[in-house]
Amino acid sequence: MQRSPLHEAHVALGARMVPFAGWEMPVQYTGIVEEHKAVRERVGIFDISHMGQLLFEGPGAEAFLNRAFTNNVSSLEPGHGQYSLMLNAQGGVIDDLIVYRLSQREYFVVVNASMIAVDEAHLRSLNWGEDVEFANISAVTGGVAVQGPKSREVFKKVFGPDAPYPERNTISLSVTEEGILYLCGTGYTGEEGFEFFAPAVTFGGWFEKLVAAAREVGGQPCGLGARDSLRLEMGYPLNGNDLAPDKTPLEAGLGFFVDLTKETFTGQDVLLEQKARGLGTKLTGFRMTSAGPPPRPHYSVWHEGTQVGEVCSGGLAPSLGQGIGMAYLPANLSKPGTALEIEIRGKRYPAETVKKPFYRTEKQS
Amino acid sequence: MSQVPANLRYRESHEWIDPATGTVGITDHAQAELSDVVYVELPKVGAQVKAGDQVAVVESVKAASDIYSPVDGEVIEVNSGLPDNPALLNADPYAGGWIFKLKVANAASTDSLLDAAAYQQHIA
Repeated sequence: MQRSPLHEAHVALGARMVPFAGWEMPVQYTGIVEEHKAVRERVGIFDISHMGQLLFEGPGAEAFLNRAFTNNVSSLEPGHGQYSLMLNAQGGVIDDLIVYRLSQREYFVVVNASMIAVDEAHLRSLNWGEDVEFANISAVTGGVAVQGPKSREVFKKVFGPDAPYPERNTISLSVTEEGILYLCGTGYTGEEGFEFFAPAVTFGGWFEKLVAAAREVGGQPCGLGARDSLRLEMGYPLNGNDLAPDKTPLEAGLGFFVDLTKETFTGQDVLLEQKARGLGTKLTGFRMTSAGPPPRPHYSVWHEGTQVGEVCSGGLAPSLGQGIGMAYLPANLSKPGTALEIEIRGKRYPAETVKKPFYRTEKQS
Repeated sequence: MSQVPANLRYRESHEWIDPATGTVGITDHAQAELSDVVYVELPKVGAQVKAGDQVAVVESVKAASDIYSPVDGEVIEVNSGLPDNPALLNADPYAGGWIFKLKVANAASTDSLLDAAAYQQHIA
């Protein structure tokens, strides 16, 4: 079991540590609902040191990443990033990730913790050639996500009033005595925020400063539990639950992050065929329509007496006070307002399909 | 530090029973481990249960947990306030957050459960 460079800090803060993707990580400090609300209303600090960081550099990097990922890295200006997917030859999702273009020839890629080794092996199998240099810096890099409407205040307190805030989907690098800091305008909670990565050996000090700054504005450190409920409320897919090697990004509703017009990328032919033929199933959001237990992964989903799917991600939405979830359903049932039932411990509870996101942050509404 | 009242008996799976009244709930330690309880499924009044039978379900934000009967008996009452206010289980696990009441089949059976000191050690 790997430990975050912040392990001792978490324990000192009273976190409950749990195994996650081969890592021992904090699931909560004071309570999932309280931490969830802190992010929606103020600000939360998440340890994301378990996530993977890959660097690509060289004259062939752009072409290689365009072959390896679904989105079009050529459309990225230096200093900008995009959400993208890595597919297998069948068009199924291996991993979802963020690619940042650091300069004309350099890229910084953030991948899921559980997929670091799989991703690297897959990328190597695609053979990037001699004009691409690669480094997997995951093991020596720590990361923190700062999320919530008061993220900017935390940023100014820690990095100084004149430091440029990383706006949405941008990245900036700071070279310090401690090494390179990657400051990224991204997150996975639906709130404004930033993530930053730095050498693991120096990370404790940053975390301490960020938590102190967050506390000054009513925020707090938050665990994986709140991270999961926040991303579920936004309808963001979770690899392993909602994304899988036998589901394509089109079925997952992520067509926006797939550039089918690119010259070529792994899985493209399958997606083109799927697009021409029409989708059989779609990842569809639903909400429970009566009081009852929250829906959870693998519960069966029913429509008019027939089982039509199973829950991928599901749970209680703390901001909405009701059960929500996502399931791959036949495309004709994905229209909002379709009546469903979710079977929980042998009893079926009414639900209906809804449009995502389940929860709208102030900026979206 | 979790509260472990001396007058109760405990199951290793973190249920408590009051031998004097047959009232059953989950421990302070258990509610803290579960974190925010969001749903409680109660047993039916009149149900005959055996020690170790799954009789109720407590769901937190993260997971559903089965609640087992500490001893043999008949369910004679359930805490009907819990479904509307499952957070009572977090706030007051030994009083307002009780789950169900048993007519204990054999009064001596509670003696075989952990006492407060043994349960304290179990969760240490």
